[in-house]
Order: sequence, then C-alpha cells, then structure tokens
Amino acid sequence: MSSPFTLGVFYTVIRPEEKWILAAAEARGIPVERLADDQVTFPLVRNGFKADLVLNRSVSHTRSLYALRFFEHYGVPTVNPYEVVNLCGDKVLASLRLQEAGVPTPRTVVALTPEAALKALDEVGYPAVLKPPIGSWGRLMAKVGDREEAEQIIEHKSALGSPMHSVFYVQEFVEKPGRDLRAFVVGDRVVAAMSRRSEDWRTNAHLGGTAEPFAVTPEIEELALHAAAAVGGGVLAVDLMEAPDGLVVHEVNPTPEFKALTTATGVDVAGHIVDFVAEVANR
Amino acid sequence: MTQCPECDAGVQLKDMIEGEIFTCPECGTELEVTATQPFTVAQAPKEEEDWGE
Repeated sequence: MSSPFTLGVFYTVIRPEEKWILAAAEARGIPVERLADDQVTFPLVRNGFKADLVLNRSVSHTRSLYALRFFEHYGVPTVNPYEVVNLCGDKVLASLRLQEAGVPTPRTVVALTPEAALKALDEVGYPAVLKPPIGSWGRLMAKVGDREEAEQIIEHKSALGSPMHSVFYVQEFVEKPGRDLRAFVVGDRVVAAMSRRSEDWRTNAHLGGTAEPFAVTPEIEELALHAAAAVGGGVLAVDLMEAPDGLVVHEVNPTPEFKALTTATGVDVAGHIVDFVAEVANR
Repeated sequence: MTQCPECDAGVQLKDMIEGEIFTCPECGTELEVTATQPFTVAQAPKEEEDWGE
C-alpha cells in the first residue's frame, strides 16, 4: 500500500488534460496542491508549499525550466525532471541526444546565422523544413520549397529580432504517408498510440489534424521506449514518421497534451500518468 | 452566471473549475474561469512564443 503524498500540479491553464489529471488524483485519494505558474513565487529556500512531488503541466518552456530547477533545488522530485524538459524542449538538444543514443531521426542541420542557414538548407536539400528550436504546436515552422523561398523566409525570421529566431533548425522533409504517429510513453510502457492526419503538411492536433487510434506494434513500442529512455524517461509523447526507410523519431514532447489521444483511443491516459506519479513519489 | 468580457453574453459556471479554459458560446472568445464563488471570468492568457507541449 502506498504512503500518502501531496501531488503538486504546476500549470498554466486548466485544459481537459489537467482536469482529467485532477479528477484521477481525486479518485485515488491523492491530495493535490495547485500551483499556477503565473502566481507561484520561488524563494531560494523552500517555504510554504506542501507538495511532495510536482507534475509539470505548464505550457511555457521558460517557466517550466526555472520552476523545475527550483523544485529540484528544494529536493522535490518532478515529472518530468528538469533535465528531461531542458533536452526535449529544445529541438537542437533533443536531436543531439537522440542521435547519440542511436535513435533514427530525420536528417538535420543546425545553423546559427541567416547566412549559414542558407548553406544548411542547401546541404539538406529542398524541400526542407525550418523549425524554431523552441516552441511547438507547429508554430512558426516553414516548409521551404526552393532557394528563393529560403531567402524570403530567412529574411522574415531575421526580422523577428529574437535571438532564438537566429538559430535555424533545418530538417529534411520526410515523405510520409499523409500522417504521423504519436506513441505516449508513461514510465516503461507505451500506454496508447495514435495517427494524426491533416490536409496541412503539419499534422499537429493543435492545427486541426485528425486523430485515430493506432496499434502499438513491437517496432513502435521499442523505438518509442528507446527514444524516451534516451532523453531520461518519464511521461513523454514520442512523435514518429513513417519514412521510406523506416520509422524516424522527430520529436519527444516533455509536457504532452493527450486530449485527442484519449478521445481517439479511449485509454485513460490521465489515470496512467497519476499512477506513474504515485509510483515515483513512493520510490 | 456572469458576462463574457468581450461580448457581454451571459456565461454559466456549469461544472467548471478555477483556471479552466472555455470558449464563449456567443462570440467564440477563449475565456478562463478566474474564480468560482462568485463566478468570474477573464480573457484566457494569450499564447506566448515558448508555449508548447
């Protein structure tokens, strides 16, 4: 029988995912401390919060990183840990780690100036995909068809002014069969998988891609668990594409949404997350 | 019952909780429940550049 603990949920807004997590905790008799990321303050010495473990559901990469580092500093375990979010939230760092672990990923070249970005695009070949290193939901991603488009897009990105828009993450455009796959990893299991289809080349559910349940084949399971372990493990959505030469992992999301996955598969993802969090708390 | 800050339409709490995001049924604005007793709402926070999964 597990000992009681207080679960901190660090969040930006309450979406269906967070509501399901709160309900799953309540159903299991786990007390919850809600920690709104726009309200919490972080003294250097822990003071005034009860949580024994924090589940990070903040959608802000910056807020997540600082907060998780503070929780770690206070001796409070987090799901996911700081280092996992740091790695996965930055596509450059994530790609390096996946490559180091031997996880197949799309061909990727990084450039640090607009001039070098053109060279990187030429090296990868057209069409290519240009992504900001931080951020998701398909925002500010561009499919670059040729050099002329590349010059225009790079000029626009440079005009945005932020230093992060001067880091160019260039990836081959994978000819996938009109869909990509998402395997949802909780601890040492893939609890559900789905395919996402879209008229848009980006299949993000956030952009209106439609989700369907997808059978977890041994190959998907092995690759998803390998990718998750490579970045440190925890609760992770591993995004895969069916490239002509086999599956590739293009992203590992450290604070994943699962509304579409839950609706499509009927799997109680929130319940799996809360069970995993309880397991971590009682280690 | 309270009013949508964008279109003044009446919105009801139903089974929502503090912090929950919902869409105004009249104008489609994304709103956040800022309190439940009494029920108050505000425009939901705007998506920022580093937001994502």
